[in-house]
Amino acid sequence: MSKPKVGFYWCASCGGCEESVVDLAEAILDVAAAVDFVFFPVAMDFKRSDVEAMADGAMAACMINGAIRSSEQRAMAKLLRRKAQILIAYGACSHQGGIPGLANLFDRQSILQTVYRDTPSTVNPGDIRPEASTRIPHGEVELPVLDEQVKSLDQVVPVDYYIPGCAPPVQLLKDALAAILTGRLPPKGSVLAPDKALCEQCPRAPSKPDNLLIDQFKRPHLERIDPEKCLLAQGFLCLGPATRGGCGWACINANMPCTGCLGPVSRTRDYGGAAMSALASLVNSNDEAQIAAMLETIVDPAGTFYRYGLPASLLFARAGANADKGGHEP
Amino acid sequence: MTRHIVIDPITRLEGHGKIDVILNDQGEVDHAYFQVPELRGFEKFAQGRPAEDMPQITSRICGVCPMAHHMAATKALDDLYQIEPAPAARVIRELAYNTFMFEDHALHFYFLGGPDFIVGPTAPKDQRNVLGVVAKVGVEVGKKVIAMRRAARDLISLLAGKVIHPVFGLPGGVSRQVRAEEQERAVQVARQAVEFAEFTLGAFHDIVLKNRQYVALITSPAYTHQTYYMGLVDEKNRVNFYDGAVRVVTPQGKEYARFQARDYLKHIAEHVEPWSFMKFCYLKNVGWKGFEEAPASGVYAVAPLARLNVSDGMPTPKAQAAYEEFFGTLGPRPVHHTLATHWARVIELLCAAEMMLQLAQSPLLVDPNIRNIPTAKPAEGIGIVEAPRGTLIHHYATDEKGVITMANLIVATQNNAARIAMSVDRAAKALIKGGQADDGVLNMIEMAFRAYDPCNGCATHSLPGHMPLLLRIYDPRHRLVNEIRRAGGFTDFQGRGAERAGATEK
Ligand code: SF4
Ligand code: SF4
Repeated sequence: MSKPKVGFYWCASCGGCEESVVDLAEAILDVAAAVDFVFFPVAMDFKRSDVEAMADGAMAACMINGAIRSSEQRAMAKLLRRKAQILIAYGACSHQGGIPGLANLFDRQSILQTVYRDTPSTVNPGDIRPEASTRIPHGEVELPVLDEQVKSLDQVVPVDYYIPGCAPPVQLLKDALAAILTGRLPPKGSVLAPDKALCEQCPRAPSKPDNLLIDQFKRPHLERIDPEKCLLAQGFLCLGPATRGGCGWACINANMPCTGCLGPVSRTRDYGGAAMSALASLVNSNDEAQIAAMLETIVDPAGTFYRYGLPASLLFARAGANADKGGHEP
Repeated sequence: MTRHIVIDPITRLEGHGKIDVILNDQGEVDHAYFQVPELRGFEKFAQGRPAEDMPQITSRICGVCPMAHHMAATKALDDLYQIEPAPAARVIRELAYNTFMFEDHALHFYFLGGPDFIVGPTAPKDQRNVLGVVAKVGVEVGKKVIAMRRAARDLISLLAGKVIHPVFGLPGGVSRQVRAEEQERAVQVARQAVEFAEFTLGAFHDIVLKNRQYVALITSPAYTHQTYYMGLVDEKNRVNFYDGAVRVVTPQGKEYARFQARDYLKHIAEHVEPWSFMKFCYLKNVGWKGFEEAPASGVYAVAPLARLNVSDGMPTPKAQAAYEEFFGTLGPRPVHHTLATHWARVIELLCAAEMMLQLAQSPLLVDPNIRNIPTAKPAEGIGIVEAPRGTLIHHYATDEKGVITMANLIVATQNNAARIAMSVDRAAKALIKGGQADDGVLNMIEMAFRAYDPCNGCATHSLPGHMPLLLRIYDPRHRLVNEIRRAGGFTDFQGRGAERAGATEK
């Protein structure tokens, strides 16, 4: 009997997601014994036409990491969607847009201007920009056109499951592979990680008072951080209350606040909004003005609450959908 | 009969390098263009973010070398807040950094660049991969490589919070103290690393250096360029990955410049071409003269070979002996043979391992004072480290609240970009004759840039194996007449050499 095929493909990613798969280390041998584990772009003699020739649903599962930001990536995502029974968004970029999704705060022109004109080491008297097509003595050389907006995978194709994290913790990948093999998968649309906030069972939770009194957030580089005590109780902006657990409290154990890379718990659609209300509810006050004053002390709300999820957020999604013609497929 | 050859990662993904080879009317190579087809705009969206978030935000430029960006950013924050890291923090940072350098170099040697030499550049494709390496050096070694990589990465996770992507960097220190029992573990891993690196150097010796053909290949003119070299050196002009002055040597090996991070803008400039998203660095005071060799041109190289070329020696004894042998064999300094980069990388692997051991044994490692708290008003900060793939510069300006107003990032591969373009052009011109190219030609061209381990825009993230390639030849009406494909060689851990070549005629 042939083993089920599990595909792995990357779009606009940093490479950390692939490294996280290589971090299966010795365990990769067990996985390989049970499934045909293939990194599409590099392991197979990958021709687009080969994938096209596959029967629809030929792959038991396909994981895609990285955000979507070009027509090529959109086309591959659609093709793989057809060929895979289960499509999994792997990692924060694919799940919610990721850190490179912060580019959605700016338009394409201003990005190009900063990179090719304003940066201090750039010497560009002709004000040259990379062009889709450049005439050279014997022909033309071409570059892809950048999309105006970065998108999460489910903004382009329907996604069955999500493996969260930047990069995803190895244990989540192991669990997901086991679930695929045994067919014990949760309802479609689920995030394959514990549906509990990071704060629950956090080793520092006992020092978190029921009623927090925060009137001002501290910045971690300007204050000492007690390595035992709840970070929120110390006044540092830890996103543990709003973030899904499953990372083994990696940042907390390094004595740094959680920045929310695993995204929201259960079906919260807008992570940033949920995080802000979670924080507001922690403030021992019913006074709107006081809550607002506390939130005001956050230097960069967009970059803090939407660090990993700007493209997927309700607040910013609309602008994104409009900006890119043909970008928002069903 | 103008023909257009495109060598493209088979995946055609952004972030991967692409090579366009343009033929003239005689079917000879007019020019080969090395392109990076992606831009993510970190320099723009850094604006408005608090500076202290930069170590964690910029690490996402590259998940293969996140520690390099994290550390360059952290050092830029030291400078921004004018604060020295606490002595313990410096040791913790350097231990994490050398462990990262060790692990990354090992990965490259065994999985990516090594197969060319260990298995042989002309060996059948299905052997020229990590499994071929294992077959040549022994199955036990395969297990050893996996176990070593895991031990090194676990140590980084312990010190830095996460290995992909670290969180421990703060201006003036690190976030987490190292406990006594953890120090024992670190020493143990470091010992294992030194042994592993010595073994690797030995294997390189036996297999590559004892083979005359390989040595001839390394020194062949097709893979040789006369350029300047750049790298960080310590106060005795020895290789340093974490800190020091930037030293530049001429193609004759004379010191051309030696400068501190804060002066980088006086020496380094970036040139823009319309056909690539990657900017090309050059020495400002020599000037941009196109993709040309020295002395007229300011093109320079970074990464392992360049670091050895700019240094008077290594900071550790075993690596020093290896350094002497390197220049004794290929010297005098500087060595201009691109393929010698593989050897230089193994010497650095040993250096990083020895550094790990020194640092792991330092009593300061477990000192509880891990932070100096900044008090200065922020304005501008610059941090430089040596990433595995070369000199990496982060430069920020902020408002007085420490919010970024300007970020300038010069990533390792950019420093090498012009020379990589030249290497590819040289190889294409030497190997493609009369418009004819076959799979062997692909590999030889690929070797020209694989030696640099290019991480394009730090986004190529070439994983274990061969870089997948696609070569297309077009007729004058831009119709595809020939296509040669080559998948990458990251075999799927089941012993099936997945790397295959297929030529399709259309
Ligand atoms: S989710 Fe994180 S690790 Fe994965 S590609 Fe995106 S930035 Fe890299
Ligand atoms: S603590 Fe938060 S930011 Fe850190 S790894 Fe866990 S979920 Fe991600």
